[in-house]
Amino acid sequence: MALGLEANLGDTVITTKLDEVINWGRQYSLWPFVFGTACCAIEFMSAAASQHDISRFGAEVVRFSPRQADLLLVCGTVTYKQAPVLKRIYEQMPDPKWVVSVGACACSGGIYDNYSTVQGIDSIIPVDIYISGCPPRPEAILDALIKLQDQIKGESVLVDRHKDFKGILD
Amino acid sequence: MNATALEKIRAAFPDATCSQVLNYVVVDVQPEKLQDTLTRLKNDQDFNCGLLLDVTAIDYLDYPTPQGARFRVVYTIKNWQDNLLVQVRALVSDPEAGVPSAVPLWDSARWGERETYDQYGINFQGHPDLRRILNHCQFEGHPLRKDYPIDKRQVLYETDSLEPQIRARLADKGIDEATMKDINTEVMYLNLGPSHPATHGAIRILTALDGETILANVNEIGYLHRGFEKTAEQRTYNQIVPLTDRLNYCSSMINNIAYVKAVESWLGIQITERAQFMRVVLTEFYRILDHLVCLAAALVDMGGLTNYWYLYNEKEAAYDFISRLTGARLTSSFTRIGGMYRDFYDGWKEDLERQLVDIEKGFGDALKLVQTNRIVHDRTQGVCVLPAETALSYGLTGPTLRASGVAYDMRKDAPYYNYEAFDFDVPIGTKGDVYDRFMIRFEEMVQSVRILRQVMKMIPEGPVNIKDSQVVLPEKAQVYNNIEGLANHFKLIFEGVKTPPGEWYDSFEAANGELGFHFVSDGSGRPYKLKVRPPCFYVMGAFHKMVEGNMIADAIINLSCINIIGGELDR
Repeated sequence: MALGLEANLGDTVITTKLDEVINWGRQYSLWPFVFGTACCAIEFMSAAASQHDISRFGAEVVRFSPRQADLLLVCGTVTYKQAPVLKRIYEQMPDPKWVVSVGACACSGGIYDNYSTVQGIDSIIPVDIYISGCPPRPEAILDALIKLQDQIKGESVLVDRHKDFKGILD
Repeated sequence: MNATALEKIRAAFPDATCSQVLNYVVVDVQPEKLQDTLTRLKNDQDFNCGLLLDVTAIDYLDYPTPQGARFRVVYTIKNWQDNLLVQVRALVSDPEAGVPSAVPLWDSARWGERETYDQYGINFQGHPDLRRILNHCQFEGHPLRKDYPIDKRQVLYETDSLEPQIRARLADKGIDEATMKDINTEVMYLNLGPSHPATHGAIRILTALDGETILANVNEIGYLHRGFEKTAEQRTYNQIVPLTDRLNYCSSMINNIAYVKAVESWLGIQITERAQFMRVVLTEFYRILDHLVCLAAALVDMGGLTNYWYLYNEKEAAYDFISRLTGARLTSSFTRIGGMYRDFYDGWKEDLERQLVDIEKGFGDALKLVQTNRIVHDRTQGVCVLPAETALSYGLTGPTLRASGVAYDMRKDAPYYNYEAFDFDVPIGTKGDVYDRFMIRFEEMVQSVRILRQVMKMIPEGPVNIKDSQVVLPEKAQVYNNIEGLANHFKLIFEGVKTPPGEWYDSFEAANGELGFHFVSDGSGRPYKLKVRPPCFYVMGAFHKMVEGNMIADAIINLSCINIIGGELDR
């Protein structure tokens, strides 16, 4: 989250105003990376298509390189075979970054309570927003986006949100 | 199939036990005779089984009646010209020793046997590359064995490098790195995926390149292996319907229908006329939707974003109809054993006709952009050619096989649900290149619309569920008002629909090809084993045959035109 300014300025009136400006910019220009594995990715396709039009919320610049994205949308089931891939992609994204877990499988394993399926991606990477549904409707994906924008509004450049996160692969 | 096929096989294999199950022949052989039997069934002109559809095994550890050994391998093969389906089975008492591999006969055994090895730990002697395919490389044990607990999870820390495999493939192709050095060049390795925009899911494609030309290619799948088959063993037959939605999630209803049709065939249920027509309507409608998504995504990969709006918007609009009918957009779960969840709503014909007009306009517009487009022609014609013999050997079915010029479509060759009564054509490709695979899907949509218009005229009125209290849930009024209805409902929900003990295979022409289900029943309300024969799996198995010798950019469009869906590829 750091910009390099806070070391000199600390928690002062200037940094709070800085937060406001930066957060305003960040919240309306999220660049998603879609980690689409299964059915939920089809619903993301719908959210991006004309009828639901994700660009109304400033998040239509879908990047397929994690290095150019700041919003990771995990759409679909994540298996143990995929877990190291997901973690690597998350690590390749530059800070600040946010993660949305789309659908029941990504949140909790969904109906796949068995040997191969990760029971929730939050055991691998930190998650900001969870979307329920199997699969969620495109409206739910847009709703999560709005919630995330609200969350970003309250963040600060001084705080590193996931410094202490430890997952099963760490 | 008729009785003569059984007699013919019986006469040809006097040592084997032959029997007829549903409409196919089961040949039980001694393990040492397995290879000879398979060879004869393939090469003898009387049988001519050119298509190995699936390989699987059964673990009899918990099976109530002893079978003589713990494991049994099953090869499902087909003579597609004469619609002769044969299952060859052999008992395996020692999985470490295993049985001889069928790779010399059919290339589809490469992946089929690898999967059987991965899931059941059965060795196939002489298999060139017997290693795990669905589970990860650090996995221990074999999950579909009955003594493997379903919740025993194993974490993977490091992805497989695939380096020995790509080197072996290069050596197979006769490419020697020393020679490359001599001519002042070197092989470049390029990895696509598992998370790559062109993989439409999670597949890993590793290529060895000379400039932009693909010298060798190996693929890794299993990233979406979410344990469908093991989970299904814990569910009652009707509870599996929602799981089948998530096999090919672009055409969930086709999976629902194929699955219940397979169960009904064993129960000997003849569903009502109206339900049969409903299933045809929904199958053909979803076939269109599946092709729409495939083509929309494929044309985006080629750089034609406009096509995405023309094609995908029609799919999006179709969700209105589907939501009104099923209550869900993507995962329909609309069938039940013995019929359907409910009848069509009033006014569905007008809604559907409106959708069809829009869809025709959508793919008509898209077709105008690509049909005479020089760029599209140059990028697709003569690219990634797959000859018919190779396609058959790798077990391809559906549009991808037909693009290679093989006129095999189960709706024509082994019709069910009155398909013989509808007037439609099966488009066939001439070269088996990317262009053929594209155009076949466009033409199949036209033909599906044709079928739909006929069915909408012919569909009779009447009930959608059969009257059988052992199979179909009683009316709600019965459940709430009398004790027999309540008990009936309770038993069906808790114990499931009871199927007679036995083993059977049934298949269906899904949007991507032959979707088969292989069941083993122990007489209870839950399948003892359920194996899916997904069309994608074998198409992906032939991917390297299509792309080697072509450019890396061609591999991308080739992958999109064969429509690999992770859900059914990896299950």
